[in-house]
Amino acid sequence: MADAIAAGIDARTWRRFTPAQRIGRFAVYFAIVAAIVASVRSVEVIPEFLHDAPEQMKDLFARMWPVDFAHYPKGVHEALVETLHIATIGTVLAIVMALPIGVLAANNLVPYAPVNYLAKLVLVASRSVNSLVWALLFVAVFGPGALAGTLAIAFRSIGFVGKLFGEALEESNRGTIEALEAVGAPWTSIFAKGYWPQVKPAFWSIALFRWDINVRESSVLGLVGAGGVGVALNTALDYLQWPRVAMVLVAIFTVVIIAEVAVITLRKRII
Amino acid sequence: MTPAQGGGAADGAALAIRGLRKEYVRGKPVLRNINLAFAPQGLSAVIGPSGTGKSTLVRCINRLVEPTAGEVLFLGRDLARLSGRDLRQARRRIGMVFQEFNLVERLSVMENVLSGRLGYLAPWKAWLRRFPPEDVARAFETLEAVGLGGFANQRADSLSGGQRQRVGIARALMQGPQLLLADEPTSSLDPRTSVEIMELLRSMGEARSIPVIVNMHDVELARRFANRIIGMSDGLVVYDGNSSGLSDDVLKSIYGGEDWLA
Amino acid sequence: MAAKTGLREAPFPPNWAARFGWIVLAAYVLYAASTMEFTWARFVSGLDNGARFLDKMFPPDFARWELLRKGLLESLEMAALASFLGILLSLPIGLAAARNLMPAWASWPARALIALCRSFHPVIVAILFVKAVGFGPLAGILALTVASVGFIGKLFAEAIEEISLKQVEAVRATGAPFMSLIHFGVMPQVLSRFIGFATYQLDSNLRNSTMVGIVGAGGIGGTLFAAFQRFDYDFVAAILISIIALIMIGEVLAVRVRKVFSSDTRESGEED
Repeated sequence: MADAIAAGIDARTWRRFTPAQRIGRFAVYFAIVAAIVASVRSVEVIPEFLHDAPEQMKDLFARMWPVDFAHYPKGVHEALVETLHIATIGTVLAIVMALPIGVLAANNLVPYAPVNYLAKLVLVASRSVNSLVWALLFVAVFGPGALAGTLAIAFRSIGFVGKLFGEALEESNRGTIEALEAVGAPWTSIFAKGYWPQVKPAFWSIALFRWDINVRESSVLGLVGAGGVGVALNTALDYLQWPRVAMVLVAIFTVVIIAEVAVITLRKRII
Repeated sequence: MTPAQGGGAADGAALAIRGLRKEYVRGKPVLRNINLAFAPQGLSAVIGPSGTGKSTLVRCINRLVEPTAGEVLFLGRDLARLSGRDLRQARRRIGMVFQEFNLVERLSVMENVLSGRLGYLAPWKAWLRRFPPEDVARAFETLEAVGLGGFANQRADSLSGGQRQRVGIARALMQGPQLLLADEPTSSLDPRTSVEIMELLRSMGEARSIPVIVNMHDVELARRFANRIIGMSDGLVVYDGNSSGLSDDVLKSIYGGEDWLA
Repeated sequence: MAAKTGLREAPFPPNWAARFGWIVLAAYVLYAASTMEFTWARFVSGLDNGARFLDKMFPPDFARWELLRKGLLESLEMAALASFLGILLSLPIGLAAARNLMPAWASWPARALIALCRSFHPVIVAILFVKAVGFGPLAGILALTVASVGFIGKLFAEAIEEISLKQVEAVRATGAPFMSLIHFGVMPQVLSRFIGFATYQLDSNLRNSTMVGIVGAGGIGGTLFAAFQRFDYDFVAAILISIIALIMIGEVLAVRVRKVFSSDTRESGEED
């Protein structure tokens, strides 16, 4: 019986993937496993610390309780407002700088490959450096304070906004543009009436999305001296005033939630 | 293939429905009091206007819709009472074909057909696609029986509507079912393909000696392919017989209105 | 406005709401800038500073490349492990959070967990983990895992909530057990998107792993911070260039991996 089946299906085995696909998938799996094993072996994990971790966490939360709400008005409020300013102005600045670069990177608007390539390189570099690292740089140049923070947010966001905006431009409908070109419209009109209406929803979506992320990012820049509520956090951490640390964290959490709600509402109304 | 086993409900019926009632909204029943018995063979067509509960009736049988009250007796058990593993095991024995084919679009035809065996296979084997060779062989045979030999490795969403429905039928047949259900299987197909699919349903049902219950809106198609026609109106069965008894008066009582009758 | 030709409204009425919005935004920016003392003088002196700064940064100093290499490798390992753990965890958690498939007692806790993971910046989470498990890469790995679960989990759950339930219904009708239902009915519909999220997060973890070191959670961030504090700006330049190069390579690899997994069957009738 088994023989009959074997003979019957010899000519009709079913394979889910082609040999080429199987090799490709296997290579990826192998690489992943190798990377994980190598990483686990070389990363220094002190077992005692790991074992101790739950105790430490409990201790930490115990020290943070009760949360020092009284600290808010003097110690936190101004810094929190400053954080929002940093996030907003930083985002606005980033958009202003990113728009031209995004346009240069879109190959349907500017069909010169070297220019596209260079613009994309600028965008990648901007994205690859964290806002915290940008903040370190700008603190070194402009001194501690909100100016460094704002520029850090702006320079980090250029890459994000520029890339997504460039992609939105590249995906816009050729037909509309061709119609405007055929009528003989100047380039600015083509942009304003041809591309802009199509990418407007994407633009706002990107802008709101990035602002939301930037509120989160701005809250930690103070750890390296770039202004905002991170400074209050850093001070509290330095002095090991855990209830105040908890207060700052609660404040950050609240602001982030409010920002998300704001973004969701604005999204519904604008897009 | 295996002949239908008796042990279903009383008096040799393969499937018996008693007192079936379904309310989606309290106080507004879609199915009022359905009592039907199905012989171990033959194709039965359920006809009636939209919204009259035809689809609900068919889906209550394999519990894709939960009945509010009543019994569904099949293979010696009341399907309406089952849950968990028992329900899944009962469902293995009931094959279903859908109006919109409901194939897994991104999978191949072969994977869709083999998914009929999922009720019989351990999940980890299913994940690794380790189907027993007998299943694979039977899948190839079933594909040829429905006229799709050679389509095994094509992606499901590259097929036409009629081809997809054939895959759907093949999937249902792979379960080795004791009952075949079809929920408006031809409503999304052109007239010629509809005839082909109905013919396929009838012949497969006959070849495997299992009852086929089809819910459909095309009366002519029902007349042509069904031994038994069940007319529903307003949640009740108003006609139960063969196509010769389907006079204009009867059709009027089912569908209401006069103008549509030629 | 209402000309006798029959036009009842101007064809392009000015959008007063939008204009008002722009004016408010501009006013806000000016006001906020003033509270933060963005004076022109500061900016100019800053630019001057900046020029001197750039001068010190170039040419970048790769002399301490051993240290650089060690830091980068550690960051890479942290990103790899955090992504691996994060992806592994977000599969069940994201699945549990899908409201169209799971009952409320499963989806609510899962959604709450995901929201919690997303709420805090990875740096803040890293600080907490440094306190819990000590300085070093473990804290960083844990922090990045939390961030990964938050990101992938949310998007994965949303993707599952968008699938066609008809395909799932058909598989359910065959009597398939729950996990087979997931493998055959759900995963084929969301797998390519999941891989997209996973590769994006891998990239994001790589970036973040270069930063959590600033608070002591391992990786090149620590080296970078130390260099800043010693005013070794040419070394800083070297580190930054390496980080950018590393991330660019990561992005290229991510595209490759996505291609390998994009078509799951032999022949497709259409392009993905």
